[in-house]
Amino acid sequence: MIRVQREDFDVGAEVAALSGGNHAVGAVAVFIGLVREMGGDAATSAMTLEHYPGMTERQLRRIEAEAQSRWPLQACLIIHRFGRLEPGERIVLVATASAHRQAAFEACEFLVDWLKTKAPFWKLEETATGAQWVEARGSDDQAAARWHTPKQTAKTDAAE
Amino acid sequence: MKLLYFAWLKAKTGVAEEEVTPPPEVATVADLLAWLATRGPGHAAALADLSALRVAVNQEYARPADAVRPGDEVALFPPVTGG
Repeated sequence: MIRVQREDFDVGAEVAALSGGNHAVGAVAVFIGLVREMGGDAATSAMTLEHYPGMTERQLRRIEAEAQSRWPLQACLIIHRFGRLEPGERIVLVATASAHRQAAFEACEFLVDWLKTKAPFWKLEETATGAQWVEARGSDDQAAARWHTPKQTAKTDAAE
Repeated sequence: MKLLYFAWLKAKTGVAEEEVTPPPEVATVADLLAWLATRGPGHAAALADLSALRVAVNQEYARPADAVRPGDEVALFPPVTGG
């Protein structure tokens, strides 16, 4: 399941709902992304996340489907916020539920890596010296690229 | 054809979206970008560095050689920075 929303989310309630009633779930992995205060002479006072309504949901659903095809997941949840967020606020929740921890951990990391490079969101940072768009990082591309080699068990899925 | 601009492309072009009718010889994403760059100084500045640009046609990532057609929704934006 994917959700793109302005509002905050309740991590406990979301994680409980993910596995609720499904006793085949033995492991839930959770990633929470927060607005980080950048140091230096241009400290971040807030950031605004812009997105592309329609395409964002479409890309997140595709990424989720890719994770479902690669790992034996019982459930999967991506919540990504947009709008103005201050340091310490939650931006994104990725949770994966599986029978065992390895699939849950790996799928969660995969989802975060891929959404950072494929889901159309852009961060505008507000600093003391003005607002500026965050530039994409090569390290994020590298993190996403390591998942391009399919696992021996993975189905070939022409997602791209 | 509906064009959408996001992040700094919106600031540079001065528009969030616009309806355009490219000439018939505009058949691909690359053709469209070259034509758009001639539409004014803002568009020219936004399209000056194509390596900093990503394009989606009908909400799917597109490559320079991919086709564009009347009625398509084409979005221009910088590399994504969510998560």
